[in-house]
Amino acid sequence: MTATDAKASRLDFRSRGFDFASFAFTGITGLATLFILAILAIIIANIVWHGWGTFSWRFLTGSADQDMFDVNKAGVLPMVIGTALRVLVMTIVVVPVGVITAVYLTEYAHSTALTTRVIRGAVNNLAGVPSIVFGLFGLGFFISFIGRGLDGGAAEPLWGKPAIVWASLTLSVMTLPLVIVATEESLRAITPGLREASLALGATKLETIIKIVLPEALPGILTGGILAVGRAGGEVAPILFTGAAYYMRDLPHSLTDQFMDLGYHVFILSTQSPDIEKTRPILFATVLALLLLTLSLNLVAVIVRARVRKRMRASH
Amino acid sequence: MTNTPANAKRTVGWMGIHRGHQARPLEWLAEKFIFLVSLTAILMVFLIFVFVAREALPLVLGKMNSAAARPVIAAKEMDKLKPEELRTYLGLTAAEFKQLDKEALQALMEVREEEAKEAPKDKDATLNTTEWRYLFQPHQWSDSRPEDRYVWQPIGRIHKYNLMPLIIGSLKTTVVALLFSVPLALAAALYVSQLASPTMKEWLKPAIELLSGVPSVVLGFFALMVLASFLQGVFGYQSRLNAFVAGIALGLAVIPVVFSIAEDALTSVPRAYTQAALALGASKWQAAWQIVLPAAAPGVFAAVVLGFGRAIGETMVVLMASGNASIMSFSLFDSTRSITATIAAELAEAVFGGHHYRILFLIGAMLFVVTFLTNLAGDLIMHRLKGRLEGKAK
Repeated sequence: MTATDAKASRLDFRSRGFDFASFAFTGITGLATLFILAILAIIIANIVWHGWGTFSWRFLTGSADQDMFDVNKAGVLPMVIGTALRVLVMTIVVVPVGVITAVYLTEYAHSTALTTRVIRGAVNNLAGVPSIVFGLFGLGFFISFIGRGLDGGAAEPLWGKPAIVWASLTLSVMTLPLVIVATEESLRAITPGLREASLALGATKLETIIKIVLPEALPGILTGGILAVGRAGGEVAPILFTGAAYYMRDLPHSLTDQFMDLGYHVFILSTQSPDIEKTRPILFATVLALLLLTLSLNLVAVIVRARVRKRMRASH
Repeated sequence: MTNTPANAKRTVGWMGIHRGHQARPLEWLAEKFIFLVSLTAILMVFLIFVFVAREALPLVLGKMNSAAARPVIAAKEMDKLKPEELRTYLGLTAAEFKQLDKEALQALMEVREEEAKEAPKDKDATLNTTEWRYLFQPHQWSDSRPEDRYVWQPIGRIHKYNLMPLIIGSLKTTVVALLFSVPLALAAALYVSQLASPTMKEWLKPAIELLSGVPSVVLGFFALMVLASFLQGVFGYQSRLNAFVAGIALGLAVIPVVFSIAEDALTSVPRAYTQAALALGASKWQAAWQIVLPAAAPGVFAAVVLGFGRAIGETMVVLMASGNASIMSFSLFDSTRSITATIAAELAEAVFGGHHYRILFLIGAMLFVVTFLTNLAGDLIMHRLKGRLEGKAK
């Protein structure tokens, strides 16, 4: 490149001047991105700021049997236990079903077959059903149909009333798509070569899936499970009529008991508190507990998923 | 069937080697089992519709009567009624009816007669307010101003079940939510998918999607405790909780949905499109705005459609931040009550199997149908878009 060329190109660059449109476009879209992140940061910071003072070990492990509206006595242990129980039962149900569905979709199904399309459509659709409709479904199907059916018209209903088991089953229907999608993604990330090698060594398809494919896909299955727990842990609408109790003296003893719930407790504290100013610290601390639970789970899921994606890019 | 010669030929192949399900019965069984389990998702969508609609069915078929004052048959005339007529008159199930002897039935009829004496006497008392025209058309109620009004007032002397205030309420919050969230989410999706560097993208995408990890009850709480006062301070409107506040908070729940799907659609546009545009001298933003965005337009539309489905079905945010007054008003700054919030707030108090209970299931079923259609539309659009883009890329 001669000196004159360089000068000309520099001149050319100058004459075009500053590319305002490009700057504005990048600026506006970048600011929008920043704005969304700022809102997220503000929400989290606000809750941590106001909730930190009350948030303590005593608060987390204190029972609610004294007075759940008293700042110095209130604890959230029953709610934490209730939420943990319903989420645990849900996980036991949803993970096997979700993983098996994902295995079918990736390992067995023909991707163009009508059944496959319908299953995929149903999974996507299930993901978009409003949470309150799941609540109605839980009440209409699990409690009135199955529960009352099990009771068989007994005077004292054992099954035909809100309970942990019904809330968990309702939530497992709701979180099924999350598990399926996450598992499927990780199954697809496994190189076909691995499966072919296993088959070539004489393993059957089932053996290949159980011994080679599923262990490889474990991070993805974990992601799905964690995402499901994170989502279900914070959901309130589906459990409003299927199991959550406003107040219970004792911890739940069996799966047919009702339970107190962290998310539902946030709702009660913020809408039905006798004195909102006085209970504000408990409210913020409870929200902080809930947010810590769901966000940390989501964060773990994000990290695991990022690793899976990275490996997928490396293998293809 | 397997012992017929024709089948034997098919399963036992060359030199007597077994093939198909005879060779590996366990594999065959496992495959069938896996297939059956994978149908769960379809079954569940079906069951949700059936069982939500089932609870609303008597209402749709016109078998419910919500009139405060019902016609009375004198207890003396019990013998003139057929058993079936008597059963429907007393509102008993067949099993209950069988258990009761004649004296108990007589007593029930007398109770009904007594009740009728106490019942309100005005002209609306005999109306069955669960008929379609009372659900959707305005009516001039005898106990309020003399004008045709849309009223949702399920508790009270006369049960008023007009759905219009709830539908308008849901639409108001949804429109605000979409107006707030769609531009933001789309701009962010364009930035993340087209303009950000790969390293930036790796951080930005999960960070924005973390917003979907904030439970809706926490968003509702945030709207109620912080956002409502802040927005009232800025805009200075009358009622602190209203459709506007709820809509903005709802927008926060919608942003991750619209962002993820739009970003997905924009990323699935082949890189060759962008590279060709850049080679022809376009700047990065021209390529993004004039080439990639139009190519991914159906996907962006699908994102908005699915965002709408999410917004109209969201419960806790609206329940906590909208004020929950079922006023028929188009103003964004009036307190409103949405379909979802109504179900959440009232179902616990509704009598099991009563008309109020069934109305709530009816609006739940309507909600399900709306979101089913939006999901289906969004899903189909995305599927076709991806098929088209992948086809072109080859």
